[in-house]
Amino acid sequence: MSDVAQELGYSKSEIMIAASARQLAGVRNCFVGVGLPNIVCNLAQRTVAPELQLVYESGVFGARPERLPLSIGDPTLVTGATAVTSMYELFAYYLQAGLIDVAFLGGAQIDRFGNLNTTVIGSYDRPKVRLPGSGGACEIAIHARQILVIMRQAQRSFVDELHFRTSPGHSGDPAHDAARGWSGSGPTAVVTDLGTYGFDATTGEMTLMTLHPGVSLEDVRANMGWDPRVADDLGETVPPSTDELRLIREDLDPGGVYTK
Amino acid sequence: MGASKVTTMQDAVRELVRDGDTVAIEGFTHLICFAAGHEIVRQRRRGLTLARMTPDVIYDQMVAGGVADKLIFSWLGNPGVGSLHAIRRRIEDHDPGPLEIEEYSHFGMVSRYVAGASNLPFFPIRSYYESDIPSVNPNIVPMTSPYEDGAQVYVVPPLQPDVAIVHAQRADESGDAQIWGLLGCQKEAAFAAKRVIVVVEEVVPEATIRQDPNRTVIPSAVVDAVVEEPLGCHPSFVQGYYDRDNAFYLDWDRIARDPETLEAWLDEWIYGLASHREYVEKWGAARWDGLRPEEAWSGEVNYGRYA
Repeated sequence: MSDVAQELGYSKSEIMIAASARQLAGVRNCFVGVGLPNIVCNLAQRTVAPELQLVYESGVFGARPERLPLSIGDPTLVTGATAVTSMYELFAYYLQAGLIDVAFLGGAQIDRFGNLNTTVIGSYDRPKVRLPGSGGACEIAIHARQILVIMRQAQRSFVDELHFRTSPGHSGDPAHDAARGWSGSGPTAVVTDLGTYGFDATTGEMTLMTLHPGVSLEDVRANMGWDPRVADDLGETVPPSTDELRLIREDLDPGGVYTK
Repeated sequence: MGASKVTTMQDAVRELVRDGDTVAIEGFTHLICFAAGHEIVRQRRRGLTLARMTPDVIYDQMVAGGVADKLIFSWLGNPGVGSLHAIRRRIEDHDPGPLEIEEYSHFGMVSRYVAGASNLPFFPIRSYYESDIPSVNPNIVPMTSPYEDGAQVYVVPPLQPDVAIVHAQRADESGDAQIWGLLGCQKEAAFAAKRVIVVVEEVVPEATIRQDPNRTVIPSAVVDAVVEEPLGCHPSFVQGYYDRDNAFYLDWDRIARDPETLEAWLDEWIYGLASHREYVEKWGAARWDGLRPEEAWSGEVNYGRYA
């Protein structure tokens, strides 16, 4: 697969970034994480979402980072930002009150309804792997109007059953979901190194929408813990354009830290 | 302005941090007072409950130093890097002993400080719905609004640490402290705590504080001690003074992975030094030169004079 990608002239990370950035067309207020989501948001700001405001849970609204931040608390997020808020204001007035249009989440495990585990592998009391826990993810999953997930696909991460549900996705019962009364509508897209997924309007189940060039349905099935629902009009992901690749390589991640 | 509360880190920790205390060294990535954490390790406090939204490398060092029996937190990692290995060994392998944990989400932890600072019995938030977090933390309790809409919320209890240690850019001698950049929960933790140590890059004249009162985050009324400790947050950062030492955060992953390497690090950088001043000298000027940002001043505002 990586050989194919090399022949195609871009890396797995680059097609994940480009495919994710296009999901942000027209979005205004976006909760950003570090790593790939940071590059995705900055790419979207320069392409499909010029009005995009980058919001960080560390308390920054409208960041204009001049370098690639290692953490979500980097000083480059503060200098030149629109506003710095207390953490209470950020979570209460911006997030809980419904101002955030899109947020990025990821995790060690995701299930077919977009529920995420960032807490433990194994049992809670004596975990095999102790993961970081929620951070802001639990409330972000509930309040951001849409959730985008960027994760690499593997049997151990796309699982039939989570070891712990840190952040809620869809329940599997659409009537229940409609009656929740949350400002968020849950996960709307998952972008992986193999393809892109939406969520079925009726069942809330993750549905394969496109395969990246060179990837087969068998590749996808071999890298997830359940047999995925596939869209009737399954398509091919549009590869990153010359312009997108230039922005990623020259402006956003010139050192190739996240994109090699 | 009240009497001077300026003291040394050694004396502040000796007098205000006691065995068995709940201690919060706050600061969200920004303004994390490593100098205080190191002094607590150096003075071999025991049985502490350490509270922080993000335990960060500072609590990994303190847990490795044996000061803590329990952690209260909302995100347990090395930001931008990965895991906190000393803490993980305690939780996963009980090596060298178990570590009690009590975990929330960020909004839950923030709200606990807000409740603690406001003298409220609990604080309602819209979070934790359909999450497993409340099932492992009985302090997170569902409640129905007593008003018409009967909204479902979860409540969290107030957090009132015995001691809060908060770093700030500057304060006057009585402890009126000003912060800019990421605010974290410095204000909430200081108002919530029973005892407060303010650590600053610079002690400044009272007139400097009074010239820009909107920037004062913590008033001297809640402060017990003021410590001037330049570079006291390294490898965390102080906006406008020095950058985050990301190279150290990356190095810590390697240091903390191996218990012997970690023990040697504690010996060399904490037990083997008498003070943070020695720590600063040991790193050497080149390290600090590399972390100094270019200047970017705020504009001035006119408060007006109303005599």
